This record gives sequence, C-alpha cells and structure tokens, in this order.
Amino acid sequence: MARQQDANIVNSNPHLPGPDTGSFQNPASRNAILFTETPLARRKRLAENMAKGLFLLMTLLIVIPLILIVFYLFYKASPVLSLDFLLTNPARGMRAGGIWAAFLGTIYLVLISLLVSAPIGVLAAVYLNEYARDNWLTRIINLAVVNLAGVPSIVHALFGVGAFVLFARMGRSILAASLTLAIMTLPVIIAATKEALGAVPMAFREACWNVGATRWQTIRRIVLPNSISGILTGIILQVSRAAGETAPIMFTGAVFYKAISEGDIFAYGLFDQCMALSMHLFTISTQVPNVPEAIPYGTAVVLLGTVLLVNLLAIALRVYLRSRKKW
Amino acid sequence: MISRHHLETLTEPVIEWTIRLCGISAIIFVFGIFFFVFREGVDFLFHKLDLVEFFTSPKWYPTSVSHKRYGVLALMAGTASVTILAMVIAVPFGLGAAIFVSEFCSPKLKETFKIVIELLAAIPSVVWGFIGLTIMNELIIDLFNAPIGLTVLNGGIILALMSVPIIVSIGEDALKAVPDSYREAAEALGATRWQVVYKVLLPAAKNGLLAAVLLGVARAIGETMAVLMATGHAVRIPHGVLDSVRTLTATIAAELGEAPVHSDHYQVLFLIGVLLFSITFVVNLTADLIVKGIRQK
Repeated sequence: MARQQDANIVNSNPHLPGPDTGSFQNPASRNAILFTETPLARRKRLAENMAKGLFLLMTLLIVIPLILIVFYLFYKASPVLSLDFLLTNPARGMRAGGIWAAFLGTIYLVLISLLVSAPIGVLAAVYLNEYARDNWLTRIINLAVVNLAGVPSIVHALFGVGAFVLFARMGRSILAASLTLAIMTLPVIIAATKEALGAVPMAFREACWNVGATRWQTIRRIVLPNSISGILTGIILQVSRAAGETAPIMFTGAVFYKAISEGDIFAYGLFDQCMALSMHLFTISTQVPNVPEAIPYGTAVVLLGTVLLVNLLAIALRVYLRSRKKW
Repeated sequence: MISRHHLETLTEPVIEWTIRLCGISAIIFVFGIFFFVFREGVDFLFHKLDLVEFFTSPKWYPTSVSHKRYGVLALMAGTASVTILAMVIAVPFGLGAAIFVSEFCSPKLKETFKIVIELLAAIPSVVWGFIGLTIMNELIIDLFNAPIGLTVLNGGIILALMSVPIIVSIGEDALKAVPDSYREAAEALGATRWQVVYKVLLPAAKNGLLAAVLLGVARAIGETMAVLMATGHAVRIPHGVLDSVRTLTATIAAELGEAPVHSDHYQVLFLIGVLLFSITFVVNLTADLIVKGIRQK
C-alpha cells in the first residue's frame, strides 16, 4: 500500500509528466512544427517506439495465453459443470459422478490449516513489526520467513511425514495434512500482516502510549483494528494457497478415494483421511484410465475457479481499502 | 476497575511471551523442517550411502531386486534441464514485462496488468500440471511431430509461466527502488524513456533484477506437481528439449507412496529432500543478501 502511495506521488509531480501525457514520450513530434527532425532524434524516436512495442508484446504474451487457457478449460468442462457435479460423490471408479468428497475435504484442510496458521502468523508479524528491535535475532527471523516461503512444497511434504505422521503419531490424517499446510502457508500471512501493520502511522501508537496504554493495549485497541482489513487480505491469500497445494497433502492425509455421505458437512473427522480437489485432479488425470474427458476438466475448473475467486476477493478488498483510507 | 487493572498487569507478560514465541516460530519451523527431513534419511547417509555414486551415477534403480542403484545424476540433469529452459523463456519475458509495467505503462493499465499477473501467480501447480498434460501435450505433438508431448519443452514452458509472476513482481520492485532523481536527471539531459531504462535503470537496478531471477530459479527447482505431470517420467539425461525427463522433486512425489517406511529407498528419498532443501536455501539466501545489499546503499 505504501508502494502505491509512492507511485501516486511520482505521478502527481508536476516536473515529471506521467506516461499518458504524450509530450514527454515523443519530444520530437512537438518540436517538428518548429524544426525538422534530425537523424539522431529520429533514431531515438524509432528506438523508443520499438522498445515500447517489444515490452508491450512480451507482457501481452504472458497475459493472453493465460486468458485463452482459462476459457478453454471452461469450454471443455462445460458438459459437467452443474451444482450436482459439486454435490455428488465420485462413482464407478471415479469415471462418473461429481466431486463432493474432494470438495468437502479441501474445505476441511483449508479451514483447519487456517485455524493454526492465522494466529501464529499474525502474532509473528506483530512481534516483527511492534516488538522486535533491529538486531541479529530479527534479521534471522526475517531470513527464516523468506526461506520458509522458498522451501519446495515436496520438502514440506517430507517434513509433514517425518514430523506429524510418524514422530507425532498422528498417522495419515486431516490433522497432519492441515498442520503441514499451515506451516507451508505461514509466510503468506506473516508478509501480508507485516505490511498491514507497517501502514498504521506511528503517531497513532505514540498518542496511545501517551495516555498511558501499555504496548499490548496499544496493539489490541489501536494497531490491530486499524490494520484488520490488510490482515484479512493475507488470510484470504492463505486460503487460496492452501486450497491449491497438492504435494504437501499427498502423503500426509489425502487419499485417492473415500466415500462420505453426500450433503453432510460434518462427514469427516479430525483423524480421518480425506479426498481433496487438487489431489483428485492429479489422480483422475494421471492414475485412472478411461475417465470421461469432461470430469478432469470440470475438477480443474472448480479448483481454478475457487482459487481465482478467492484471490479476486482479496484484490477487491485491497482496492476498496485503498479508496477509503483515512490517513 | 482495580481488579481489571490487576488482571491486565498479570496477562500482559503472558501475551508478550506468546507473541515472542510466535515471532521466533519461523526459525523453529525452518530448523524443524531440516531436522525432521534429515532425521528420516540420516541412518542411510552415514552407513550405506556411497556419496560419490549418489552424485555421479545416472543409474536410479531403487526398486530393482538384485541391482539397487541410487544415483541422482539423471534426476539432477532433469531438474537442471527443465529449470534452465524455463529461465531461458521466463527471464527475458519476465524482465521485459517488469520494465513495461514499471516504466512504459499508464497507471490504469499498470493496475490491470498487476492484477492479472497476481492471478497468474495464484494458479495452483496441479492445474498447471493438468494444462501441461492435456493442452500443451497435444500442442507439442502436433507442432513438432513428436511421439510424446510430455517433455523438457513442455515442463520448461509450464515452469516459465509459473516463475514469470515472481520475476515480474520482484523485478518491478527493484526498478521502483531506483530513486526518481536518477530518472529526472536522465530525462533532463534529453534521454527518451528507453534510453533511461537502458542506460540508467538497468545498471542501477541490476542487483534487484538478479535477485528476481534467482527467486524465479528457486521456484522452478522446487516445483513439484507441474513437472511431475508434464515432463513424462523418464529417468535419463536428456539430449534435447523433446526428451522426457524426471526431476528430483517429481521423483520424491512419484515414489514416496510406494517405498516401505524406513526402507533404503524411503531414506534415499528423504536425502533427496535434504538436497533440495539445501539448494533452495542457498539460492534464497543469495537472493536475500543481494536485496539487502541494495537497501544498505
């Protein structure tokens, strides 16, 4: 958010014309009325236009295939997409039916991992932003957060197997898988919360301290309420990340197939194994032969649609916040 | 009021210690990951494993009855080939897009592109793998007349699309970190925007851009599901982009389910995990130090 403000400051600077004013981009054209274009100016203008065109092309080449792919997935999935697909169990060796068991499993995994990672992540960010001094410990914590975000997902899976499934004797269960996901997604929440807390002006805290509030009172009454929406954005992003992950849950709690009663949202227990959307997509597209084409596409669309919707929600929240920010 | 005051003086230290504990949790988890992954493979590492063979032999026969071989050279070649191809595609496109979004774009267009790139980063890896398995597979078979489309090329393109968002967002941050006075000085001398980018911004932001590329590399090395589904499961050293390969990450994902707990095979898979952890740790650390270096200047 602070970054955005910087950008606005840059653009409102009268000495620096924004990119849309045109006068700066092409000084030669304005001068052409008075002077004829010199070869140097011409070369400059050509190089400028070529560079701009090339970079635009590169950006579009990243963006356009994405949009085409999403539309293609929807097109291929259209025969099965319906509410029934979401609410019925897979049938006949996963060659028919819907994705209810997998969909519910993903919800369980996401919610339980959120219950663990949200408090730890938010408090970790509170420590880093409100308590920590600029010393070696803080530097190591920041380094650890960066590295935790960079650990490959399959290594998180190995950790989950070693620590939760075997060492803590949880077995392959929703709990073990959720804890693995929680640790994996912790950096997302820490980063978002840190940014949100950092955006609260220091004067707010100072005013609070001056009336005799303690550090924690200040955090609880002033800092957290003023940054709650930024923290929410981080939590939403955590949800999207956790819903999409496959590798960390493959060996810690997700199974190929498990029948549960349709329509019962309490069908899984904490120590049950479960199906999950991401794992289900992997299974039916690589392990099960002769699945009707539309079913894996349908599963992919439900997974992708959920993740993209959740992300759009986070983006919308951020845009809304920026528009009504008071300071 | 007094009792409440007492309560708060009692609870405050508890809360502060909880916050401290959560603060250092990231350190605990990073060490925990290393410890628990290492612990599962340590027995095999010190008693049975021939390290020279592990790193130099392309023979990976973990389930053979009479000739078990644990050489990861072919797997490392798989990871390297897919990562290098991905970077050959993603680095120019990612940096090009970062420059466009940061320097050439109107603010409105910039917001739009940033949202799309953020959504691109959110696509789950298993969906990328599925795209590789279906759409890209058919495209490669049609375009190159190849017998199979699940190849280095397929995995490389998918990984490139997955690492581009990181390169764009970190690269854009790096360009934004260049002080505006640099741009203004160059513009005052009559430089066009492209000249500003080429002569001023790229040299000034080169460390940050390098860090962006390194983080893209780390993402590509660590990616699991997409390469598992898109590169075709052949343990061999590739000779061209149309060969199938298997990466370190995909090997763990494919074989951990079948390896009996605490068998040699199982322990070697955990050692590959340690290897992956170490590689990405070093790459991330380097990127972080480079970024820190910029901030201190």
